[in-house]
Amino acid sequence: MAKIIVVTSGKGGVGKTTTSASIGTGLAKRGHKTVIIDFDVGLRNLDLIMGCERRVVYDFVNVINGESSLSQTLIKDKRTPELFILPASQTRDKDALTEAGVEKVLNDLSKDFEYIVCDSPAGIERGAQMALYFADMAIVVTNPEVSSVRDSDRILGILQSKSRRAERGESPVEEHLLLTRYNPERVENGEMLSVEDVKDILAIPLLGVIPESEAVLKASNQGSPVILDEESFSGQAYDDAVARLLGEEREHRFLEVQKKGFFKRLIGA
Amino acid sequence: MSIFSYFRTQKKPSSASVAKERLQIIVAHERNKRTQPDYIEKMQREILQVIRKYVDISDDQVKVNLDNNDECSILELNVTLPE
Repeated sequence: MAKIIVVTSGKGGVGKTTTSASIGTGLAKRGHKTVIIDFDVGLRNLDLIMGCERRVVYDFVNVINGESSLSQTLIKDKRTPELFILPASQTRDKDALTEAGVEKVLNDLSKDFEYIVCDSPAGIERGAQMALYFADMAIVVTNPEVSSVRDSDRILGILQSKSRRAERGESPVEEHLLLTRYNPERVENGEMLSVEDVKDILAIPLLGVIPESEAVLKASNQGSPVILDEESFSGQAYDDAVARLLGEEREHRFLEVQKKGFFKRLIGA
Repeated sequence: MSIFSYFRTQKKPSSASVAKERLQIIVAHERNKRTQPDYIEKMQREILQVIRKYVDISDDQVKVNLDNNDECSILELNVTLPE
């Protein structure tokens, strides 16, 4: 049985797709056969972030409707072995994802894969609920900013009441906080909520903190998940998060302002 | 910047701590709403209508609260009647 991980947030633009791409890639890089599913029907974007947009032939809705098989539809990642992408449909029909249809696809994928990463659309409507319904584990992506934190709390409420695990009275969906676009300098100046602040409010375990970085935009420009940019702090922070997800103990990094050395101060870098 | 303005800015709470305080209040409020059953809001409206048949009161003069303890739930109804 595969482990189903939903990447969710409520609010849009906080880094769900960036996170799905990097976490999925990180899991596959460690040898776990992984598929990332784009649940954002009508606003497909995972393909662009993964750099496989020109290889999309069929999509998730085609599979549900029996118009294509899974093996025809899954896109094999060119950089990371063991990694596959299931693109979202660009249809404007909001009800294209049926619960029974999604369940069948997840069951079929479960036979073959170790991890299924569900990239949720923004909001708390049907699409977002469908993405989290079958989850065993949730990565709640949050920015250190009031509206994102509030929306994350709402999503946690939905995970606790409307997921399949909640409805069946099974053990609850495992919740993980991933704080993205973190700027230690602004935190130090009292202009941004700190990790501790967000942890206090949401009261769920911290999976990782991804520092705000130019590398994220650069990676999406190039269609390569930022975790593969091993030089960048964001890439390293995602790598830590994947390790923690797999049970490894890793200290949180990039939470403090980088002190400039004498030379850097001299040249003003 | 004068020496006085330096002291003044020190006293002002940082915007991050304002954010945290606001969030703690709104999140607690919304969680409370989430845990109470859906019918509470409708019941509150209907209780209000019944009371209004006899006295003229505004929406915020009736407070319905449901406390869940382990074994039982206590429904608390608080009506402020005008003098």
